[in-house]
Amino acid sequence: MSDLLYTEEEEALRSAVRSLLADRCGPADVLARTESEQPHDRELWKTLADSMGLAGLLVPEDRGGQGATHREAAVVLEELGRAVAPVPYLTSAVVATETLLACTGDAAAELLAALASGRTVGALAVPFATAPGVARTGVRHEDGALRGEVTGVADAAVADILLVPADSGLFAVDIGRGGVTVTPQTSLDRTRPVATVTLDGAPARLLAEGAEAETAMRLGLRSGAGLLASEQLGLAEWCLTQTVAHLKERHQFNRPVGSFQALKHRLAELWLRVVNTRAAARHAADALATGSDEPNLAAALAQAYAAPVAVRAAEEALQLHGGIGMTWEHPVHLYLKRAKADSIALGTAGRHRAELADLVDLPAPATP
Amino acid sequence: MTDTAELRRRTRDLLAAHPPATTDRTDFLKARFDAGLAWVHYPEGLGGLGAPRTLQAVVDAELEAAGAPDNDPRRIGIGLGMAAPTILGFGTDEQKRRFLRPLWVGEEVWCQLFSEPGAGSDLAALGTRAVRDGESWNVDGQKVWTSSAHVARWGILIARTDPDVPKHRGITYFICDMTDPGVEVRPLRQITGEAEFNEVFLTGVRIPDSRRLGAVGEGWKVAQTTLMNERVSIGGMRIPREGGMIGPAATAWRERPELRTHDLHQRLLTLWVEAEVARLTGDRLRQQLVAGQPGPEGSGMKLGFARLNQEISGLELELLGDEGLLYDDWTMRRPDLVDFTGREAGYRYLRSKGNSIEGGTSEVLLNIVAERVLGLPPEPRTDKDVAWKDLAR
Repeated sequence: MSDLLYTEEEEALRSAVRSLLADRCGPADVLARTESEQPHDRELWKTLADSMGLAGLLVPEDRGGQGATHREAAVVLEELGRAVAPVPYLTSAVVATETLLACTGDAAAELLAALASGRTVGALAVPFATAPGVARTGVRHEDGALRGEVTGVADAAVADILLVPADSGLFAVDIGRGGVTVTPQTSLDRTRPVATVTLDGAPARLLAEGAEAETAMRLGLRSGAGLLASEQLGLAEWCLTQTVAHLKERHQFNRPVGSFQALKHRLAELWLRVVNTRAAARHAADALATGSDEPNLAAALAQAYAAPVAVRAAEEALQLHGGIGMTWEHPVHLYLKRAKADSIALGTAGRHRAELADLVDLPAPATP
Repeated sequence: MTDTAELRRRTRDLLAAHPPATTDRTDFLKARFDAGLAWVHYPEGLGGLGAPRTLQAVVDAELEAAGAPDNDPRRIGIGLGMAAPTILGFGTDEQKRRFLRPLWVGEEVWCQLFSEPGAGSDLAALGTRAVRDGESWNVDGQKVWTSSAHVARWGILIARTDPDVPKHRGITYFICDMTDPGVEVRPLRQITGEAEFNEVFLTGVRIPDSRRLGAVGEGWKVAQTTLMNERVSIGGMRIPREGGMIGPAATAWRERPELRTHDLHQRLLTLWVEAEVARLTGDRLRQQLVAGQPGPEGSGMKLGFARLNQEISGLELELLGDEGLLYDDWTMRRPDLVDFTGREAGYRYLRSKGNSIEGGTSEVLLNIVAERVLGLPPEPRTDKDVAWKDLAR
C-alpha cells in the first residue's frame, strides 16, 4: 500500500515554498504579469529553481540534482497550483526532466544537469494537450537539422532548450542557435501560455532513438500527468478556502450567505471531492516515486479524477462569489482559466479513462 | 508497556492453552477476551491491555494464521461498533463488567433504540418518555428502523426524561432489556421484500436506574459517542481494489461482452475511478489514524460510499439488460445481518437506497461537514431555547 501522507520534510518544503509565494506571487502580482510583455516570472523561477534547488528534485545527486522524488515535487506543485504561479516548473522540472532521465546518452546527461541547476529551462515540444503514449509531431530530421511546426507548446516562450520529437528520434534544440522561432499564441491560461514552435533548419542534437525515445517521452508525459493532479489539488483547495471565507463574510437576506443549506451542501460536496483528490494525487506521487502499485494506473487515475474536480472548484468559486467573481480584478478567473487548461493538458479525463480501460481490463465494446 | 513482541507472545500462549482445532468456538472467544486480546486498546480486565489500538493487527494476524475463530463482527456490529465504545466511555464499572464480555464474544446481540417515527434526522426531537419511579424508570414510546431488534438481547435506548427543557437537554441514555415485559418487536418489511428492520413498541417498560448510562439529562452527549462510532464503522472498512460494489459490475463487464455499450462503458469507467479514489481516501484516513493525526476525512466517507453504491448498483441493473428486469426472491425474511454480496444486483440496487438514509442522512451529514469541517454558520433555528413540550409537532 502506498504512503499517502506527507512526511515532516515534505511539510517543511511546503512551508518554505508557500511563504516565498506569499511574498512574491500574490494574486495581484500574477494578474499584472499576465498583462505584461513577460508573462513568466523569471525572478521567482530563479529563486525556486536555482536558490532553493527545486528544479533538480527528480534528478539523482550524481547526475546534478537534489536526489529527491516525485513526492517532494508534488508538494511543490500543490503550492504552485494554489498560487497559479507563472513558472515553468511542471514543464521543465517535471516533464522535460523526466524525459531526459530516461535517455542514456551524454547529450541528455549534460542537458539534464543544466535543467536540474535551474539555470536552463527546458520544454518538451509537443502540444500541451498530449496524453502519455501518443507524442507525435510532424517534425522531420534532415542533414542534422529539424524542420516542422508544433503548436500549443506550454512555456516554450521561456525555454532555453526544446526537446523535439521528430521522425527519427528525440532531439535537443538550443533556442539561441537560430533556425527556431517561438511565437506566443493567445492563450486561455495566461499564467502558463502556449506558443507555436517553428523549426526551419534548426541545428539539433540527438538524445534518443526508436523505443528509447518513445519510452522517454511516455515517462515524461506520465510524470507530468500524475503530478499535474497535485497542482490541481492546490488550485482546488485555494478555490474552496476562498469561497468558504467569502460566504462567511457576505450577508444577504440578513444572514451570512454561508448559512443557507443549499450553499453549504455545495461546499461540503466540493470538500469531499478535494479530500478524494488529495488521496489520488498522493497515490500517484508515491507510485511514481517508488515504482510501486502500477505508476501508469496511478497517474491515469489521478488525472481522470483531479481534472474535473479542479474545474468544478473554480466554477463553484466563481458562481458563489456572485458578480465580483465575473470581474477582471478578482483573481478567481485566473484559477478558472488555469483549471480548464489543466483539464486539457497532458490528456483529458476521458483519455485517461480510456487508458485505465486497458490497464484494468474493462475493454470498450467491440465496434460492429 | 505492551509491545509487538509481548502481544505476539500472549497470543501464542492463548493458542497453546486453547488450540482452535479442539476448542469450542465460544470458549475460545471467552479465553481470548480474558487474555486481553479481544480489543487490545481496551483496559485490562475488559478484554484489552491498554495497548495502542494499532497493535490489534498483530494479534489478528497471529490468530488468523492459526485458524482461530473470529467473533463475526458483522453479526454483532451494533454492539461492537456502537454499544461497546459508549459503555466504555460512560458506563459504571459494574456495567462494563456485565456487558462487554458477552457483547464481544457474540453471546449477546445488541440493537440501537434511537430513531422514532417523528425523530429521524432530527433525532433530538424524540418523544419516547422515561418517567422516574423510585429506583427504576417507566418507559413508553415507539422506536423504528431498529435492525437486529428481533435477535437482540439488549438495546441502547435514548428517551426523554425532562420535557420542560430544550430538546437536547432533556434526554437520558439507558440500556434496555429486550426480554422485559412491554417490549414488543414487529418486523418492518422493506422495499427489498425482507424485514431487516423492526418497529419496537415500548409500553410501561421498567428499566432499573442501574441501567442508566451517563447522568440524567446527559443522554444527547452520550449518544454523540454512539453516533460518531456508527458513522466511522459504516464508512471505514478497509477494502481491496474492486472490493466494493464496483467488483460485481466490473466482473459482469469482463465476462459478458455481449452486454457492452459505449454509454455503459463511459459510466462504468467513471464509477470505477470514483470507487478506486474513494478506496484510496479510506486508506489515507487509516494511515492518518495510525500516525496519530486523525483528520476530518471520515465525515465524508459514508457520504461517498452511499452515493457510489447507489450509482454502481443502478448501472449494474442496466448492464444486465433483460436480467435486470428480474429479481431473485421477494420472500419475506428476517435476516440476522445484511448480506449484500450474497444476493443479486436487483437486491443491491434496492438495498443501497438505504445507504444515504441509515446512520444519518446524506443531507444531515453534508450539514455536519459544512459546519464542523468548513466552519460555515448554522441556519437560524426556531427550536433553540424552546422547551421540548412547547415545540410545534
